[in-house]
Amino acid sequence: MGRMNGLVLSLGALGFGILYLPIIIMVIFSFNAGKLVSVWSGASLKWYAGLLKNDQLLSAFGTSLLIAVWAATIATIFGICIAVAFVRFGNFRSRLALSAIASAPLVMPEIVTGLSMLLLFISMESLFGWPSGRGVDTIIIAHATFGMCFAAVVIQARLRDFDMAIEEAAADLGATQPFIFLSITLPVIAPAVVAAWLLAFTLSFDDLVIASFVSGPGSSTLPIVIFSKVRLGVTPEINALATVMIVVVAAAVIGASWAIRRRLSSRDQNQ
Amino acid sequence: MVRGMGKYLVNLPAVTGRRLVIALPLIWLAVFFFLPLVETLQVSFTSPRRGIPPYEPLWGIGDDGLFTNFTTGNYALLLQYWSDYFGPAFNSIKLAFFSTLVCLLFAYPMAWWIARSNEKWRTILLVLVMLPFWTSSLLRIYALIGLLNPNGFINTAGLWFGLIDAPIQMMQTDFSIYMGMVLTYLPLMILPLYAVMIRLDADLLDAAADLGGSGVQIFRTIILPLTLPGIIAGSLLVFIPAVGEFVIPALLGGPDQLMMGKVLWTEFFRNRDWPVASAIAMLLLAILTVPIIYARYQDGRDAVAETPNPKRVEAG
Repeated sequence: MGRMNGLVLSLGALGFGILYLPIIIMVIFSFNAGKLVSVWSGASLKWYAGLLKNDQLLSAFGTSLLIAVWAATIATIFGICIAVAFVRFGNFRSRLALSAIASAPLVMPEIVTGLSMLLLFISMESLFGWPSGRGVDTIIIAHATFGMCFAAVVIQARLRDFDMAIEEAAADLGATQPFIFLSITLPVIAPAVVAAWLLAFTLSFDDLVIASFVSGPGSSTLPIVIFSKVRLGVTPEINALATVMIVVVAAAVIGASWAIRRRLSSRDQNQ
Repeated sequence: MVRGMGKYLVNLPAVTGRRLVIALPLIWLAVFFFLPLVETLQVSFTSPRRGIPPYEPLWGIGDDGLFTNFTTGNYALLLQYWSDYFGPAFNSIKLAFFSTLVCLLFAYPMAWWIARSNEKWRTILLVLVMLPFWTSSLLRIYALIGLLNPNGFINTAGLWFGLIDAPIQMMQTDFSIYMGMVLTYLPLMILPLYAVMIRLDADLLDAAADLGGSGVQIFRTIILPLTLPGIIAGSLLVFIPAVGEFVIPALLGGPDQLMMGKVLWTEFFRNRDWPVASAIAMLLLAILTVPIIYARYQDGRDAVAETPNPKRVEAG
């Protein structure tokens, strides 16, 4: 199968090339003194300096950060509830309803979610006067809603692997359910909870479409500002911003997978 | 019996706690996910107006009692201007379908490569696949524009090396859309494929080779059937979001690449025709119902087939 391996390797390498070439070129040209992403006119950090002085981008960054932290926190708490209900509660009456309504947002096109959320907020406002206008709070609600479904999937997988005998032993020894959950279950599933929070955070921080529908004046998130700048043409400051964000994410992902690998190998040695 | 009842009484707070754990997410999702879809369905049957909000209420109680503004006009309009609206529907499906195929073409060998590597390389390659997934897709598409522009990196490099005489038009074509789709959705295709390939028994392949099976034969009779679940799962994960994709056709496509997400956006933000935008949303959902239900059915089967891994339970 030597010939096939050659084909596999070249197509695979091409695939990695498509994933990484745009990013690598962008990172290199973020240090370009000129405006174009093609002609090198000397090294410079001026776009990074410009970034630090760009109040619009900085305040949008702050807004996105605030929204993502709140949305991820709400999403993780509700995601734990959904996962516990599915894995621990057996066949409760509303199981089918919950499983349908908790998995549909995973596959719903963003543009439909965004539009329908906005229509709901508007009719709620005319009925009860809440939420008055759209802003940070409506974006948090929208992001928490789809975030909790992704969080539930991540936590569910971990909860399923967890040995129920430990919980049962604790219950036989007289521990109450909330106590068991807080002192035994939660510490064991903690890595999955952290992963779920990070996933919900990333989904919220990167979302353009849903936020565009449910945002109001003064609540422009970073993707909304980036999108409007990109539409207007080349803005080298975005190269610098993207480079910073990619370096941060890469450091986090590589660090996390290194930590997981180390934990797994030390666990293997203990066994 | 008595002991059982006593246990129930002791657990009374736990039973209400259980109800709360189920009810909280159920109510949240009913209010913020299900109700919005009902509201969108309602708005898709009303007519637009000048004002805030820019549509008539579907029904209400006025001075003369109950009134309705029911109209099927938005859907009639979708039918009537089929070249403007249904065209995009087919365009969406066509572009999403071929994007899924192109993703599969690259993802299959990539997943195979990862699954057949030794453990150290497997971790490195998997991180390389996951990394773009955690970075903003908007920024990755922006990076692609820098590559494909008429004065972008590829054209400049091609001209400089004398490979081309004039810049090639790559932006605003089907090509740029496919590139954007591959860039965005490739990890979603690789991961389910990798999951089935890593479970593939290497002895099977060795046995087939020992018995004189050619590469093509082994692929067709063993590898392809055994990786089919991964192909289906990955294809659904790519196809469903690709049909409603907005950012890619908006930034990489030209005026001809009218995908449904872009038409919905234009109707909503530029023409401020919210009822027609709602009707397009409903049409989009109708088109995606079959793949979405099929994906859920597959998920259910996987969950049933999934058996707890004893080793991991022990470790946990």
